[in-house]
Amino acid sequence: MPRTSSNLLVLRTPEGITFSLLLASPVSRCLAWTIDEACIFGAWGLTRQVVSAGGWLSPGLIQAVLVVGYFVISIGYGMACEWYWRGQTVGKRVMRLRVMDEQGLHLQLNQVVIRNLLRVIDILPGFYMVGGVMCLVTRKSQRLGDIAAGTVVVRQPRLIRPDIGQLLGAKYNSLLAYRHLGARLKQRVPARVANVALDAILRRDQFDPGARLEVFADLAAQFKSVVVFPEEAIEQLSDEQYVRNVVEILYGSVNGRT
Amino acid sequence: MIIDLTKFLNQEKDSWKRLETTLDTMERQPDRRMTLPELIEFHELYQRTSADLMKIATSSSDPGLRAYLENLVARAYGEIHETRGRSGRMRPIHWFTQTFPRTFRAHLGAFWISLALTIAGVVFGAAALRFDPEAKDVIVPFQGLRESPSERVHREESAANDRLAGQKSTFAAELMTHNAQVALFTMALGLTWGIGTAASLFYNGVILGAVGIDYIQAGQIRFLMGWLLPHGAVEIPAILLAGQAGFLLAGALIGWGSRETRRQRLRQISPALVTLCGGAGVLLIWAGCVEAFLSQYHEPVVPYALKIAFGVTELSALSLFLARSGSNAAD
Repeated sequence: MPRTSSNLLVLRTPEGITFSLLLASPVSRCLAWTIDEACIFGAWGLTRQVVSAGGWLSPGLIQAVLVVGYFVISIGYGMACEWYWRGQTVGKRVMRLRVMDEQGLHLQLNQVVIRNLLRVIDILPGFYMVGGVMCLVTRKSQRLGDIAAGTVVVRQPRLIRPDIGQLLGAKYNSLLAYRHLGARLKQRVPARVANVALDAILRRDQFDPGARLEVFADLAAQFKSVVVFPEEAIEQLSDEQYVRNVVEILYGSVNGRT
Repeated sequence: MIIDLTKFLNQEKDSWKRLETTLDTMERQPDRRMTLPELIEFHELYQRTSADLMKIATSSSDPGLRAYLENLVARAYGEIHETRGRSGRMRPIHWFTQTFPRTFRAHLGAFWISLALTIAGVVFGAAALRFDPEAKDVIVPFQGLRESPSERVHREESAANDRLAGQKSTFAAELMTHNAQVALFTMALGLTWGIGTAASLFYNGVILGAVGIDYIQAGQIRFLMGWLLPHGAVEIPAILLAGQAGFLLAGALIGWGSRETRRQRLRQISPALVTLCGGAGVLLIWAGCVEAFLSQYHEPVVPYALKIAFGVTELSALSLFLARSGSNAAD
């Protein structure tokens, strides 16, 4: 059952698993469309060059091929690309967007054809005015073609296989020597506080330097108030490194690195 | 709950990688059929990764890991839960001769509405011109159709040269694309709950009625029939089919008396919508060729009787095709 939360399309599978898709913004879709228009223009120019080079064709036939060619390219480009690349055109590939079934199922050929045919209404009265307004006012950022075809355009962030173990275990952890204190830490620190600390480490580069110092100082103080490690274990440790060591204990084995 | 993240990652990463590889293979080779053991493994991997996502959702908020697992689960979900038939090998002849006429017959009501609106437009256009001849300039948008029918017939029949010599292909191409655009708009305007489709069909009928009565009043019925029937016998039904598709779309949006959601209704009609548009497109290609290569030639080059007979034959064949073709075949 799909529902939306700001720019997320949240889907719940029959097994009760919830996952979310990041809906594409009208701006990113507009940029993708601009690239696609350039591609259509390029393909049309190439077709004109190739057809015009065919000296054995009569001028009338060349003109006829060009007239039909433009129509076919402008209508068929989106259909062909989205079907062949499973919901992507050149513009969408560049902008990391993808057309998907709004229920998270397979994109069908019918859906691809319908959303591209109904573009003739979405572009009215010019520059995708109708489609743009619809994207802004609908919950799933759908233009009319998307509503009729039952599709959404989602953003596909660059995915990296997780490797948190390496991130956490990069340096010597002086706190690991005190196993009983580590066990007490795991017992006393609430899961949500542990999550905040892990988040802070993973997103450290997104903070301003001042804010980063403040966040890690607060977290370190919070952990120090829960369990007190001997002075020699925390000597010369920055707040950030202290938090890293604590998180490694919280998310790792009590006995040390695994 | 705080899970041992390092241990968790080490334990599960192989199955995630295996699921990712399986999904990549499925997306690269959509026609490939999996063996039963492969299917069982795929389902197990999906369930295992889904369970991992649940664990992560309650124990860790690492956005990268969560996004990675959500992506895997979303892709696998699409593969496992899709119940609609996969679009297999293209069979254009089967589609045109079987699927298209069957689809037309399955939604006949929408076609009758299209036809009724067009006839209403014809009557209105004819009546408007009958009672107010000055209205011709307003109703008929094309400059070429505004001249006196008698003058046109005289000019066409006495022409010594072929005015389309060397341009027939271009003319046919322009007609095809123009008519296809009209049909496309007629269908797409179904999004306006059918109001736009109805207006488009009615307006087409008005033009047809006005032009028809103009030639009839001038006593040029044979010319009119010989000029319009060869291509109109296919072109007008094609526009009506586009209107049928538009009303189908409008019906799904409105959903009178339906207990299904709008999404379900749209999903149900989408194959019919595409088929009707495709069928109308094929008919318009034929109509464009006929209009460029036959309709524009008049007596003494081509006898009117021959052109009228051709048009009547086309209309009969098309009616028979839409009424009977594919009726005995199992899909």
